Amino acid sequence: MNNEPAQHLDRTFAALSDPTRRAMVERLAQGPATVSELAAPLPMSLAGAMLHLKVLEESGLVTSRKVGRVRTCRLDPQRLSLAEQWVAGRRALWERRLDRLGAFLDASKPDGEA
Amino acid sequence: MSRSVTHASFTITRRWSAPPPRVFAAFADPAQKARWFGGGDAWEPVRHSFDFRVGGQEQESGRWKKTGVVSHFSCFYQDIVPPTSDTAGRIIYSYVMHLDARKISVSQACIELIPDGDGTKFILTEYGDYLDGYDDAGSREHGTNALMDALEKTLAD
Repeated sequence: MNNEPAQHLDRTFAALSDPTRRAMVERLAQGPATVSELAAPLPMSLAGAMLHLKVLEESGLVTSRKVGRVRTCRLDPQRLSLAEQWVAGRRALWERRLDRLGAFLDASKPDGEA
Repeated sequence: MSRSVTHASFTITRRWSAPPPRVFAAFADPAQKARWFGGGDAWEPVRHSFDFRVGGQEQESGRWKKTGVVSHFSCFYQDIVPPTSDTAGRIIYSYVMHLDARKISVSQACIELIPDGDGTKFILTEYGDYLDGYDDAGSREHGTNALMDALEKTLAD
């Protein structure tokens, strides 16, 4: 895809290995969001969401900036090439879809299927 | 607006215990596909059409609840081979994505459904041409120069 160091991509994809963090990246692919906005749809505390956010920031996928009492997060255009941003957004969308498809296949399993 | 194209591809592999014909049905049957496709809870469907045959078109539009941005997905099915429990199948489609009125990408996706024991090995490969820096509805308040730098770097690779 490009010549980014493999270690950088490893951190990126490790950060995307978690469904909560994929939800956050998918949301941020639509535009910046506050920490509260990112946490609101998630079934966890604000503190729990902030731990996931920390992993995303350490991976370089996301940066945040605090103005007054509000911390705003965004996908980081300086650390990620455009190709990586595109792939991260599309990949996060597909990973979430495939999680839902896997759950659907399990739930609709006919009798007798292994 | 600065005109540019960035090329990228990615692959996702999964394994499910359901046999390939059942996984295929989750793509081919509109009622089943509606259960998992789309954008999830953060996204509100606006419009959907579905014509699952070679040369057929599928369109799906939805509004992201937080931003109000409407995403439009429009695809043409180029190749459809239903799998059986012991032979592989595939679905290949080309698609265009818009955010509101802006065309952000032109892509091709290939879904392979390969028998794996009693289950299915799933391989998604997407290739995209990613257009004009993907200025996703104004999220880059501060990053224009950095993005141009990143773009030049990507294009140089």
